[in-house]
Amino acid sequence: MLSRTADSLYWTGRYMERADFLARILEAASRLAALPAKDAAATTAWASAIASAGVAQRFSESGRSPSERSVREFLAFAPENPTSIKACITAARTNARSVRTALTIELWEAINGAWNGLGEFGEPSRRDDFVRFLEWVKGVSLAVEGASSRTMLRNDAYWFLRLGAAIERADNTARLLDVKYHLLLPADERVGGQLDYFQWTTLLREVSALTAYRWVYRESVRPWLVADLMVLNRQMPRSLASCQGMIVSYLERLATDYGRRGPAQRLASTRLAQFNEAKIEDIFQSGLHEYILGFLKENNALASAIHDQYLV
Amino acid sequence: MIFDEMSGAGGTGEVRDSYRTLARWLESAPADLLSSRSRQAELFFRRMGVTFAVYGDVESNERLIPFDVVPRIIGASEWNALEKGLKQRVSAINAFLKDIYGPQECIKAGIVPADLIFTNPNYRPEMQGRRPPGDIWSHITGVDLVRTGEDGFIVLEDNCRTPSGVSYMLENREMMMRLFPDLFAEHRIRPVETYTDMLLASLRASAPAQAGADPNIVVLTPGPFNSAYYEHSFLADKLGVELVEGGDLFVNADVVYMRTTEGPKRVDVIYRRIDDEFLDPLTFRPDSAVGIPGIMAAYTAGNVTLSNAVGTGVADDKAVYTYMPEIIRFFSGGEAILGNVPTWRCREPEALKEVLSKLDQLVVKEVGGSGGYGMLVGPASTKAEIEAFRAKLIADPDDFIAQPTLALSTAPTLDGGRLSPRHVDLRPFVLSSPAGMRVAPGGLTRVALKAGSLVVNSSQGGGTKDTWVLDD
Repeated sequence: MLSRTADSLYWTGRYMERADFLARILEAASRLAALPAKDAAATTAWASAIASAGVAQRFSESGRSPSERSVREFLAFAPENPTSIKACITAARTNARSVRTALTIELWEAINGAWNGLGEFGEPSRRDDFVRFLEWVKGVSLAVEGASSRTMLRNDAYWFLRLGAAIERADNTARLLDVKYHLLLPADERVGGQLDYFQWTTLLREVSALTAYRWVYRESVRPWLVADLMVLNRQMPRSLASCQGMIVSYLERLATDYGRRGPAQRLASTRLAQFNEAKIEDIFQSGLHEYILGFLKENNALASAIHDQYLV
Repeated sequence: MIFDEMSGAGGTGEVRDSYRTLARWLESAPADLLSSRSRQAELFFRRMGVTFAVYGDVESNERLIPFDVVPRIIGASEWNALEKGLKQRVSAINAFLKDIYGPQECIKAGIVPADLIFTNPNYRPEMQGRRPPGDIWSHITGVDLVRTGEDGFIVLEDNCRTPSGVSYMLENREMMMRLFPDLFAEHRIRPVETYTDMLLASLRASAPAQAGADPNIVVLTPGPFNSAYYEHSFLADKLGVELVEGGDLFVNADVVYMRTTEGPKRVDVIYRRIDDEFLDPLTFRPDSAVGIPGIMAAYTAGNVTLSNAVGTGVADDKAVYTYMPEIIRFFSGGEAILGNVPTWRCREPEALKEVLSKLDQLVVKEVGGSGGYGMLVGPASTKAEIEAFRAKLIADPDDFIAQPTLALSTAPTLDGGRLSPRHVDLRPFVLSSPAGMRVAPGGLTRVALKAGSLVVNSSQGGGTKDTWVLDD
């Protein structure tokens, strides 16, 4: 396959995944901001959404200050944000369009439909319209993933598409978990208190994992168990360990198809081995935030290795 | 008197044979059926992303070409005559190109003036003395035809550089079969879907001799921002070959390779949809960002086939067009089956004088122009427009030809829920290779959607129709 084709497929996967993540972050922020607390908590919730999306600097440079309206507008639509939901769906569609021939009709129609939908939605500012918009974005990413999984041949085109999504999802889960780090508790709230509890619960809900949590741990929500679920649990489809497992399996399929392993395969399997030995107690001991920062850095290094090996 | 494809001369006569079944069907169809199918078609096309880009139109840089659901029908015997004429014409074009870049007998014999060739911006001296496999230069030719009466078609223009529109021929047919299965049951319509198989066979047969039994064929596109990008990706898909951009290819030791996830892979045949000038920044325009440095060296070394060949533009130039009847006679030994539109060459002083005297009745075209831009349609222009054009024409007469405004035939077309006659043309596609010539039974029918308009180009508000060629 052409390197450019692989690159476009990979980025189609990444951008669609990211659009979904941004929708989830915005939903999390709405819930957190609605918690019964002082005014400051609401502002913190919106600021944390910006931080989790990794666009804090660009946001402040744009002269905005965090509020419900400004954060929604910035993360969903703002033209000066190159990774807004709108920009992600547009970029996914542009990438997909440039490799139209590598996609099935169903997958193309799902992606092109998402892009057409952007036009139909416009840029809703009313709260209920905006909530519907976020629901729609999540639906779109389900439709795209469903179309690819149900209709695409299991060949390199599919592996590159999924690989991009898995790399992005690992990045996003890590960032979502880090939201909690940015959500400082007000001075008169205690760790493990009501607000703290709600914040963790909201995180779970946003990765559609609240019920999963109850099934796995059979107890009330505790920070280290939430972290365990989202970092190490292999049953949880978007945990860091699961994402890493997917990345390894896609890279291995490529290596088998092409009859050659390279730096990306070696790096990915080394990291997976580290997950198998990790314990959540140790992670908490040395600081979850620091762990996440380390993870994001390694994830980027892996993305560069994939790029150098296949995409140029 | 305007000839109508369905009802013949004057539009009042009896329904023509080829349209009989359709006319009956139209009469019995519920009033809003066509409108509702038409809306359905637009929905399908939008969902599939069958769009084209319009230059200079920022607002809607992806637009659908309007599709008219009433088919244009050509009877079996009409088509057979047309096909014969097309083959004769395209054979002559290939023989002409072989001659121009070879012994130049037709210049020596005084058939075409030497300066017309050698000062022609589309003449490529780099190709002098080159012989592509099988002496095929124009592998894919689109011939624009119009008709003014019952007796046959006349040629408006030849397209032997990168003719486009074939994807609409194929997609329009798919759409019609989806929308009107009952009509297909009642007609015997020759299939066009074999076009891509014919094209693939034709490209394979044109590969360099050393390429082996399974040549690596690619479609080369300028990229997603090109107006015909949809067609490029559509064709690559149907051919089952890679769609490449300039950046995907590189040349090493006069061999072309593409960059793949498994390393470099040799390329044998390039169906290129990039103009000559942009192919190779080392040979042609150095500012070309879509070309491949060194590809001309690989090409002239015979290591890769470009389809169409470099330099074919010298045959479809509007000034050379006027010599086509003589060119056909010279190379085929017979009279041209398909006529030309009578044309004044403004480079000839006598002709220029005549043209200037009746500008308001003529269509004046730039010799190198295309897409309906830069032309004057006299009868449809204001006095001021005509005077402005007159100045341009006097300043540079060599750049223009003039033709009478033709009474183009009309075909029934849906407009505001009713059928009205609208002017149409026809672009069939002719494939040539060392293995022979094929003509796809059909083509692209373009229709001027505005009442009375003669401009059918999609960039100027024209639409398309499915074209049915009936079997015997």
